[in-house]
Amino acid sequence: MKVTTLTINGELVSASPGATVLEAARENGIRIPTLCALEGLSTVGACRLCLVEVKGSPRLQPACVTAADEGMEVSTDTDRLRRYRSMILELLFAERNHVCPVCVANGHCELQDRARQAGMDHVRLPYQHPDLPVDITHARFGVDHNRCILCTRCIRVCDELEGAHTWDLAGRGTNARVITDLNQPWGDAVSCTSCGKCAEACPTGAIFKQGSTVGEMEHRSDRIRFISAARARKEWSP
Amino acid sequence: MKTASNTATRVNSRGNSSEHPSGDERFRMLDTSLKKLRYQPDALIEVLHSAQGLFGYLNNDVLFYVAHALKLPPSRVYGVATFYHFFTLQPRGRHSCTICMGTACYVKGSGEILVAMEEKTGLKDGVTAEDGSLTLSTARCLGACGIAPAVVYDGEVAGQQSPEDALKKLQSWEAEDGQE
Amino acid sequence: MDKSELQAIAGKERGARKPVCVSCCTAAGCLSAGGGDVMDSLREELSASGASQKVEVRAVGCMKLCSRGPLVRVEDTSDGRPVADGARLYEKIKPSQAPVLIRAAGEGEAAELPMVDLSHPFFTRQRPIVLENCGVVEPERIESYIEADGYLALHKVLRDMTPEEVVKTITQSGLRGRGGAGFPTGIKWSLVAKAISEKKYIVCNADEGDPGAFMDRSVLESDPHRVLEGMAIAAYAVGASEGYIYIRGEYPLAINRLQTAIRTARRLGLLGSRIFEAPFDFNVDLRIGAGAFVCGEETALMASIEGRRGNPSPRPPYPAEHGLWGHSTLINNVETFANIAPILRRGAEWFASVGTEKSKGTKVFALAGKIANTGLIEVPMGITLREIVEEIGGGDPDGQVKAVQTGGPSGGCIPARHLDTPVDYESLAELGSIMGSGGMIVMDDSNNMVDVARFFMQFCMDESCGKCLPCRAGTVQMHGLLEKIRDRRATADDLALLEELCDVVKYTSLCGLGQTAPNPVLSTLRFFRHEYEELLQKEVTLA
Repeated sequence: MKVTTLTINGELVSASPGATVLEAARENGIRIPTLCALEGLSTVGACRLCLVEVKGSPRLQPACVTAADEGMEVSTDTDRLRRYRSMILELLFAERNHVCPVCVANGHCELQDRARQAGMDHVRLPYQHPDLPVDITHARFGVDHNRCILCTRCIRVCDELEGAHTWDLAGRGTNARVITDLNQPWGDAVSCTSCGKCAEACPTGAIFKQGSTVGEMEHRSDRIRFISAARARKEWSP
Repeated sequence: MKTASNTATRVNSRGNSSEHPSGDERFRMLDTSLKKLRYQPDALIEVLHSAQGLFGYLNNDVLFYVAHALKLPPSRVYGVATFYHFFTLQPRGRHSCTICMGTACYVKGSGEILVAMEEKTGLKDGVTAEDGSLTLSTARCLGACGIAPAVVYDGEVAGQQSPEDALKKLQSWEAEDGQE
Repeated sequence: MDKSELQAIAGKERGARKPVCVSCCTAAGCLSAGGGDVMDSLREELSASGASQKVEVRAVGCMKLCSRGPLVRVEDTSDGRPVADGARLYEKIKPSQAPVLIRAAGEGEAAELPMVDLSHPFFTRQRPIVLENCGVVEPERIESYIEADGYLALHKVLRDMTPEEVVKTITQSGLRGRGGAGFPTGIKWSLVAKAISEKKYIVCNADEGDPGAFMDRSVLESDPHRVLEGMAIAAYAVGASEGYIYIRGEYPLAINRLQTAIRTARRLGLLGSRIFEAPFDFNVDLRIGAGAFVCGEETALMASIEGRRGNPSPRPPYPAEHGLWGHSTLINNVETFANIAPILRRGAEWFASVGTEKSKGTKVFALAGKIANTGLIEVPMGITLREIVEEIGGGDPDGQVKAVQTGGPSGGCIPARHLDTPVDYESLAELGSIMGSGGMIVMDDSNNMVDVARFFMQFCMDESCGKCLPCRAGTVQMHGLLEKIRDRRATADDLALLEELCDVVKYTSLCGLGQTAPNPVLSTLRFFRHEYEELLQKEVTLA
């Protein structure tokens, strides 16, 4: 198959056959912010941070699920997109209780990174302050719903790589929560294999290893890509 | 069917449904609809419809039973059951008051009926009183726009309702229950 | 089944008709006003009176003027009188009035009961195509539909036309999707027809979720076979052999009538294998929704049919390429399918002669709110809102019409000064609203527009699936700001923030629900900005 040639931010680039716009950008060292996308997992196009402008399309397109087509003209960093991304991040910070200074993932958090990169330094929207639980019934891991951004990476990694499908989403809209089995305490979820992939995949401090204190929870999301490549293509490249 | 009998015993060892398979008629009826739907995982929503029809609400035993029968992860069954407003995981009250919140009813004052009922009962939309006497809820549109605002009391549609009418109905239920 | 058998059924049905016909509405609107008891009383009274040689009682569908239900129509065709001359429509009938009605019907006289004027514009300005059988045929009897030329179009298509010709006819008719966005139906069909797929599906979207809309419910309750026939024709045109009707769980009567319709159509061989002896199989199944507005969005609807949470997915891929279980799928709504049989029966040109240049045919609306005549109407495209509101609807009985809301939570409020706007897809869009599926709510001075916008935002917030962030969190924030404005706690900065959020949610949300959620705010801001500004705090209070 032939490589695809397209324009990103005015620059002519080539992409592997079948690549998405996001992959094409990454292959060429162009950064598009993402949260729900994680290499090695299926894509859902849910966080909307990776929206890009495509010439000729009236709608913004999520780079993670949009195919890079021959001759496509993509802009990834316009004023309008920057404004939207900043507001999306504000919405995320206001939605639950993201208190960085006391978070286990402080300094290792993708949400924090995205905000810093976007220059989003304050939230104009009222904080919703929902009353959310922390579940530490599992012997090795915990889930703090205050930090969850509903990216569904834990659900996908558990279903697609581990095959246990312990996690899913319950409720809907603003009341949606990640759950284990029948919304039981994680420690009682019999389907859980305690593999820990969800903790590695989580972008924030929502799923953590027990015993982590402030700033200690480092997620190794690159392991997800590694396992995925090993499983799918028999390639063990770190 | 191997699947059905297997799941029955498994539910027993895990859940608390001691009635089944020895006795609870409703599980047998649920088996009948499962069979009719050929245990297709795609039929999850239809199965939940019949389960709720049989049990009145979906408790964890029933959800586990359905998950095993359809060979689905429990979390997915729970996720689907809580996504759709039609399904309820709590038992409903003895009486039910459903206020239509369709646009036609709203512009004719159904919002005020809801506020009056919420204030009087201390309940919120979709909540059942702790003593199990009443479930207060709203509907998206009953299609009874011609008689707006409409309220459904224990399954009976009443048209052109006012907050006073609703409160009167509430009183009559209280009086009824008091006599029993 | 062949054509002669079809005609024999129609002939037998016609032969059994009595000179005087008493039709009682048994659609949900009249039933909720007590129509079921009226129907029972009429039947009992008829058998008691001994007039059954001359008079018959029929359980028909919606007679449209829902606010005056239960409705009973008496048609006297004795002495060769044409139906129109001898028709009377009685309103708000009680079961106790059955004896009076039956006696008068038997004697060919008018009963001393309140009657509706059938020469009122509410009836005369309507142009029934979709609703041509509504209130006429008996929805629970397939013979009644066959008598009204039912399944003739399907016969014609299967025997005399190629699938390409069917698609061409629909394209030429200019029919556009009646679900809201108005995508040309012929183009949609041709995409599915051209798709290479091992299997293809037809889906009828009957998840009518707009609060205040009841068009699809009325059609399904009153004339379910019309929808089945439309779906079968579509299946032949695109090469599908299986179909689903995804219907709201809130519509038990429509579900029941559809089940009856599917069963009887199967029994007569009008669904199933080798329909009309042609090499064409088609089966239809019902899928009952469970209370989620977002399932009206096609990708969410398909997820729900597959037994999953009704979360929408990014498009492309479109259902025509990658639909149910990955197969090419055609999704149209109830009203679109209901237009198909008449187009095939009477030709594309006939259909295209109704309506405007870009919007052909008619549109069914559920007219409700602050208006004298609440009910179901079918009007030619291009009619003005004023004609609908003032003539057909009879205006606002208590006050001054202030605005007309179309398109439900995805639409907008059109102010009274724009009532002369013609009803077509483009004109409504220019005013920041949409045609929508057909909810039309009239509002007057007692309705504050900020609260109306808040009402719809609450709806979208409650119905957001939660998958994409802008819709999930954005609707909550917009709802909060609208409450703050309504309660006079907001400042000009809050209003500016609201407008910024509208822009973000509109352009960044994943599916139609989120993309259109800001519309009620944007349209009320455009036409009723002063109502917002009047509620703002004038001075900045320093803490």
